[in-house]
Amino acid sequence: MLKVSIYRYNPETDKAPYMQDYELDTQGKDLMVLDVLEMLKAEDSTLSFRRSCREGVCGSDGMNISGRNGLACTTPLSEAAPKGKLVLRPLPGLPVIRDLVVDMEQFYEQYKKIEPYLQNDTPAPAIERLQSPEDREKLDGLYECILCACCSTACPSFWWNPDKFIGPAGLLQAYRFLADTRDTATDERLSNLDDPFSVFRCHGIQNCVNVCPKGLNPTRAIGHIRNMLLTRAV
Amino acid sequence: MVTTVTSFGRSGVFDWLYQRVTAVVLAAYTLFIVGFIFLTDDFGYQAWSALFQNFWMRIFSLVALLSVVVHAWIGLWSVVTDYLTNRMMGPKATVLRVLAQSVLGAVAVIYTVWGIQILWGV
Repeated sequence: MLKVSIYRYNPETDKAPYMQDYELDTQGKDLMVLDVLEMLKAEDSTLSFRRSCREGVCGSDGMNISGRNGLACTTPLSEAAPKGKLVLRPLPGLPVIRDLVVDMEQFYEQYKKIEPYLQNDTPAPAIERLQSPEDREKLDGLYECILCACCSTACPSFWWNPDKFIGPAGLLQAYRFLADTRDTATDERLSNLDDPFSVFRCHGIQNCVNVCPKGLNPTRAIGHIRNMLLTRAV
Repeated sequence: MVTTVTSFGRSGVFDWLYQRVTAVVLAAYTLFIVGFIFLTDDFGYQAWSALFQNFWMRIFSLVALLSVVVHAWIGLWSVVTDYLTNRMMGPKATVLRVLAQSVLGAVAVIYTVWGIQILWGV
């Protein structure tokens, strides 16, 4: 029997959050954490969580799984509950709407700040803006981000200053556009990041790298942004 | 772009660079002092006093002292703006933060003046 402890909070009926214990017969199968949640929800329909694609592409089911942020749909029980006990909590640092569902507003506000779209002030060509394979390769390890917020909510700097520090997810995307040879707004983008909070609150502890379910490296991207700012400044 | 007026250089890259430059100065000073203590034969008051009579040693010490002040300001400013925030403690955090930064500033000025007095007083 798998023991599952889940963070429960319904602001309409509960005064404070609490942990609810469940037991589930997995029949010895190495299920994904999302499968466990679906099975529990079949028994207790009040249990709330987000999910959509169930294959690690949409980024909806990011949560804190036995102390580590990850996607419920791609985290197997063998990894999350090797001793038969699974603990599920919402992503840390963000306001809880209900149970495992968090308010992502602050996260998206930071994403919005970095203007996550291609900016080019030169006349548009007849068909498309071409890029050499080498230039396209510069975006590898950046464009794959699914904005699940596992990294930013694992970052203490984002916990303390979610309104000022862009956070690893936003900065990875900021570098995705700084590294794009088709983008011509590099200088404006860098000017918007050159303050003591937006980029420089990153102290390089690499929690983001540790938890990213897509295996990306936001710390390296932040290092690249810092080098670009430094090159421009000295 | 987040605007702040109490960070050391008012620019993220400036603060970042100064924290690293001052760290290198402090590492060099520490290595030099430790090296001097262990490598000097008959180390004592005479050797120590002679070392600080040297003009360049005084300059080196002054640069190290200023580096401590700058390094500490940038570091503690980060700590203060992490923990003493309105988000964490409500509106009273602004008063506490101003107070903490004023104390840090006063300590920095006093140590600098006092340090110069000691260095050129020996």
